[in-house]
Amino acid sequence: MGKALLVLEDGRIFTGRSWAAVGTTFGEAVFSTGMTGYQETLTDPSYHKQVVIMTAPHIGNTGMNISDEESSKIWVSGFVVRNPSAIVSNWRSERSLEDDLIAQGVVGIRGVDTRALTRHLRDRGAMKVGIFSGTEFSIEEMVSQVRASSAMSGAYLTQDVSTPKPYVVPAVGEKRYTVAALDLGIKAATPRSMAARGIEVHVLPATTSFSQILALKPDGVFISNGPGDPATMNETVELVREVLHAKIPIFGICFGHQILGRALGFESYKLTFGHRGINQPVIDKVSEKVEITAHNHGFAINAPTTGTFTTVFGPGQVTHVNLNDDVVEGLALLEQPAFSVQYHPEAAAGPHDASYLFDRFVDLMAANPVGVVSA
Amino acid sequence: MPRDNSIKSVLVIGSGPIVIGQACEFDYSGTQACRVLRAEGIRVILVNSNPATIMTDPEFADATYIEPITAEYIEKIIEIERPDAILATLGGQTALNAAIALSERGTLAKFNVKLIGADIPAINRGENRELFRAIVEKVGGKSSKSIICHTIDEVLAAAAVLNYPVVVRPSFTMGGLGSGIAFDESTLRQIAGAGLTHSPTTEVLIEESIIGWKEYELEVMRDHKDNVVIVCTIENVDPMGVHTGDSITVAPAMTLTDVEYQRLRDLSIDIIREVGVATGGCNIQFAVNPVDGRIIVIEMNPRVSRSSALASKATGFPIAKIATKLAIGYSLDEIQNDITKVTPASFEPTLDYVVVKAPRFAFEKFADADPRLTTTMKSVGEAMAIGRSFAEALQKALRSLERKEAPFAWPVAPKSGELEALLKAIEIPTEYRLQQVQRALWWGASIADVFSACKIDPWFLNQIAELNEAARVIAIPGELTDELLRNAKQLGFSDKQIADLRGLSEADVRAARANFNVHAVYKTVDTCAAEFEAFTPYHYSSYEEETEVKSRTKPAVIILGSGPNRIGQGIEFDYSCVHASFTLRESNFETVMINCNPETVSTDYDTSDRLYFEPLTLEDVLEIVRAEELAGPVLGVITQLGGQTPLGLAAGLKAAGVNILGTSPEAINLAEDRGEFGEVLAQQNLIAPKFGMAASQLEALKIAHEIGYPVLVRPSFVLGGRGMEIVYDDESLAGFITRATDITPYRPVLVDRFLDSAIEIDVDALFDGEELFLGGVMEHIEEAGIHSGDSACVLPAMTVTPAMAAEISVATEKIARGVGVRGLINIQFAIADQQLYVLEANPRASRTVPFVSKATGVPLAKAAARISVGATIAQLRSEAMLPAGNGEAKGISVKEAVLPWNRFRRVDGRGVDSVLGPEMRSTGEVMGIAATFGESYAKSQISSFGPLPKAGKVFVSLADKDKNHGIGPAKSLIDLGFLILATTGTAAHLREAGISVTEVRKYSEGQGAMGERTIVDLLHAGEIDLVINTPVGRGTRADGWMIRTAAIQRSIPCITTTAGFAAAVAGIAALQQGEMSVKSIQKWLA
Repeated sequence: MGKALLVLEDGRIFTGRSWAAVGTTFGEAVFSTGMTGYQETLTDPSYHKQVVIMTAPHIGNTGMNISDEESSKIWVSGFVVRNPSAIVSNWRSERSLEDDLIAQGVVGIRGVDTRALTRHLRDRGAMKVGIFSGTEFSIEEMVSQVRASSAMSGAYLTQDVSTPKPYVVPAVGEKRYTVAALDLGIKAATPRSMAARGIEVHVLPATTSFSQILALKPDGVFISNGPGDPATMNETVELVREVLHAKIPIFGICFGHQILGRALGFESYKLTFGHRGINQPVIDKVSEKVEITAHNHGFAINAPTTGTFTTVFGPGQVTHVNLNDDVVEGLALLEQPAFSVQYHPEAAAGPHDASYLFDRFVDLMAANPVGVVSA
Repeated sequence: MPRDNSIKSVLVIGSGPIVIGQACEFDYSGTQACRVLRAEGIRVILVNSNPATIMTDPEFADATYIEPITAEYIEKIIEIERPDAILATLGGQTALNAAIALSERGTLAKFNVKLIGADIPAINRGENRELFRAIVEKVGGKSSKSIICHTIDEVLAAAAVLNYPVVVRPSFTMGGLGSGIAFDESTLRQIAGAGLTHSPTTEVLIEESIIGWKEYELEVMRDHKDNVVIVCTIENVDPMGVHTGDSITVAPAMTLTDVEYQRLRDLSIDIIREVGVATGGCNIQFAVNPVDGRIIVIEMNPRVSRSSALASKATGFPIAKIATKLAIGYSLDEIQNDITKVTPASFEPTLDYVVVKAPRFAFEKFADADPRLTTTMKSVGEAMAIGRSFAEALQKALRSLERKEAPFAWPVAPKSGELEALLKAIEIPTEYRLQQVQRALWWGASIADVFSACKIDPWFLNQIAELNEAARVIAIPGELTDELLRNAKQLGFSDKQIADLRGLSEADVRAARANFNVHAVYKTVDTCAAEFEAFTPYHYSSYEEETEVKSRTKPAVIILGSGPNRIGQGIEFDYSCVHASFTLRESNFETVMINCNPETVSTDYDTSDRLYFEPLTLEDVLEIVRAEELAGPVLGVITQLGGQTPLGLAAGLKAAGVNILGTSPEAINLAEDRGEFGEVLAQQNLIAPKFGMAASQLEALKIAHEIGYPVLVRPSFVLGGRGMEIVYDDESLAGFITRATDITPYRPVLVDRFLDSAIEIDVDALFDGEELFLGGVMEHIEEAGIHSGDSACVLPAMTVTPAMAAEISVATEKIARGVGVRGLINIQFAIADQQLYVLEANPRASRTVPFVSKATGVPLAKAAARISVGATIAQLRSEAMLPAGNGEAKGISVKEAVLPWNRFRRVDGRGVDSVLGPEMRSTGEVMGIAATFGESYAKSQISSFGPLPKAGKVFVSLADKDKNHGIGPAKSLIDLGFLILATTGTAAHLREAGISVTEVRKYSEGQGAMGERTIVDLLHAGEIDLVINTPVGRGTRADGWMIRTAAIQRSIPCITTTAGFAAAVAGIAALQQGEMSVKSIQKWLA
């Protein structure tokens, strides 16, 4: 097993061994603290162009299976683990993790002091990284290659991840609603969660126009999660404003939340190292209940966390806040049917505490039939 | 909502003595509870009969009652103290059962006191199997098919429906007591019969077998706002069929996908809500079919449990502390995470390391016991280890057990047929099954073969196979390279293992490591996988790039703990280590604790300035010393407080240049080496019983004749009374030698004169080089020959004359001076015919230190710690840590040992013999304190065995040597209105003394012609209230053994010494005199 190096933009280098595909890769270094769910993480389009460091030391124990995939491919640009499993042990497993990574050409590195690396990123923030496996470069060459790679801030990645053609996820059981879901990097669990509630989900390319959405006569519009910097999403922000003007119920998750926030007039900003894990405590400011939630975001919305705020669409408020660091985790308009959360109620991976938000979307659509002016 | 201000005082119920299934984890949780409540300004009233606990230190509560944990006694305490609320969810099953009894008795209603944490209906829903099954079903979970039974006939009918094997689970017992797996009707009758007896509701559950399924536990917390978090998942390496307390377990779960894990999480949350545990922690167990993922909910504990303590240590999330805060009204989001300081407790810890827990057993103490592991917990302690991989954590856990058989070994070649034998052996779980698994893989068995035999998940088997592969590489001759050493250390190989594989010495490997600078770095347990900065230095070692040990300026004192609990070394030693840490922190030292026992207060990250959760081996300790020396000044290491474990490391540490604080290793050796110690005694004109060392059977007989029978014989190479026996004649001496030892000139046998009917005295004292402080002089209730740990004792000594007391004091000082003690010394004396004999001296904290400290109010362990860093007794007196003069008992205190007989059965299903002897077998102790000996002794009996009868039938059976001593107490029994039953011999003897006796048939005589029942029949019929049975020798009389085991099965008090008989009679007299008193320690010591 050859030596491999992980090189950070600031010049710090970690030594490990080659693992998964051999070669060179670049991306934004981010760490994920989930102890389960590596398969969901790998196949989550929001991780596009990121090199993911797993803080859990044993990865790959349960292999890979078709039903836990969040999309049809592995999106991470590199994968950093302490101890990959040599064997797979689980009754649902179909393939091994390393085989999948190799088949999809994802460069990995193993045997890294992932805790030291995580502490470094925590203290200094997410940064550019390169993995050099089976290559012969000087330190200076590697560092300069990493520095020359593209940054996440200002990155527009939607075209890489969005579906090229619309497709429909049918409702389970009786169809009650139609939702137009804007795919900015949607995870499979999201339409699945909606479908389970009687929603027929039309997953649409990011470039879909407002009139194309209207043509579907949707009861609601969903804006998905996805990779990239929300500051680059001006066209989608405009589209969402049109939906808001039309008073069609809106639900946004993660990237979709940031876009709704921007549509309401708030700025997005980059967090030092982001939230990536499945143990984040979020308080619902209305019920005062805490939910343990799945997160994957490097950016957030800057909005006042106390009281209400005013927007061109009427008053609104921050509905959810992260108890760890007070980051805005949910927004809602008070007089219009629109809300969003920064985290992942569809979970996968992660706890199901926030699944009530899909019910809330259903309730919102029930209370605000499209075409009828709400009070 | 912040806390409930209507609660101004809380009664905390402790868990009583350490028994199998309920150990010092409840001292850890109870101590946390007391601290939290007091910090909130709440008046804390505590009841716990266990003097060896930290929680019963007077400063942890406003009123501490060292009294029996029974509804009667607690009601009296409530009557005096009038608490607003009772917290019963942190004291194990004992506290929960006491709460139920208080409710049923009407005490809670009468005094208008509420239960906080979980109320009675919730406790019932969690613990009553029928109610719980209904809840599981309601939330969409599945239970294993089972049938509730209340009689043996119902049990047999149930087995016919479910098919063998079936699992028997009695209701309302802890540690799986009375449960087991029955493969056929006869074993079912045995197990279920005992189970019906053990269950306070005479109820057992007969369950379909899911042996071999994967087993998981989730630790769940809930607050009054209905916020629920999962603190930890634990996966059992040993699959279903082995009690989780006896299983090797790992955290977090290793072989679940997120989808599967979330299913368990959802079920756990639904269950805690439905059961209605209002606030606090609970633990839910699941079985998962490895073939199709079918989930079965096994059970829940609606309280803090052993697993909660493990989960707290494994994650850094202090479950008991948070549970207490939740119980007084806080919600999870209002409580700060101590470790990160910026994040709230309403989150789920995430681990970037692996934790392995391994059980420690004591089968060598119970030679007759069935060594198979089942659903009844049999282990007496556990070790936990943390590593950055499963392999590393597992290897560290195994060496933490301090068993030479426990760490993996890689012999060069198998014996013929060994592999086949191993593959057969691993089908049955036993203490060393995992080592057998490793060996089978090493000899070439495939993972599939091993899996099919033992059902341990292939992922774990592969980890072990990878260790074997690494061992093969290490064993290849050649230079030890940097890379090889680093790889080996990352997989948790000890220097000794590497040395053995290479045919080198441990020192060689250590030198090679130093040469390449291959040293441990220390990571931090921080609850959050480094997402936030940690402020609590709770460390574990790994061999990686970066260390997180912070530099410091204050001098550090490193305290070595006592490792996993075992018989002879338990909570008492942890107590002393914790006290040392407390007092040295106050004296402005930085205290560094090293221990690997997750149950203890010493491994609470709050106890010391720094905590290293590491094995207590020379290698691991030296690495920590090195790391701490790099961090700042290190004054030295305290080895005299944690029992034999740290003491055994002292010489090696000193040789490596580490400063040993307090008594020097040379002085320790002087006391331990019989020859050298004999010289110390001779110089001081002190007498020891005559002894000799025999290298052959002939020599042993010769020595025995010289010094005269009876003699105490034991192999010289074991410690702690192992293999000791008292023999009275040539025949039994020869028998012992052929049976118990392979005597050789290298392995001689020690033959000591045994002082028959002598009084045994235990002394705990402090010595600073100049002055002696006599902490306490205890008199054993059982005569010499019973291990001091198993003997009841009383403080002050009741029959020692003032002249003799003075002689004891002088002798203690002479020995302390002669040996060179700086700190604590424990000496055992015997008094026979007005002559004082020195039996042995241990220059370290003893098992009795906490008892003496509670009885006298003197913090001996704190004083010892201060002396070891240079304070004098005069100075400690001026600070009022020590009183003027010597330690003086307040009231009369009795310590009684608690024995685990009911846990062990022989392979044939019958109970193991319960005779006391020179080998220690108790797991814990209780204390009774009162104004008279009788009342104090009665309290100690109630706390340890259950109440003594106030009236009824007593069966008396005395060995010939005991017959005269038994007459006095037997007469008193008649005077107290009891009916005495005896078999022929004893009956004749008692009649001769004018005592009226009803004669009954011996077991060996069988039933009479008219169907007259034997004593064993009477016992099984529940017609006997007390048994006095003094044995002739171990295992020699089947009759006595049948009587004692029947008594234990039926939970009838059974006393096996005449001294205990006399004490019990005094206790019964006190009980008959009416109301028993209760009084807080604070009042006693005032």
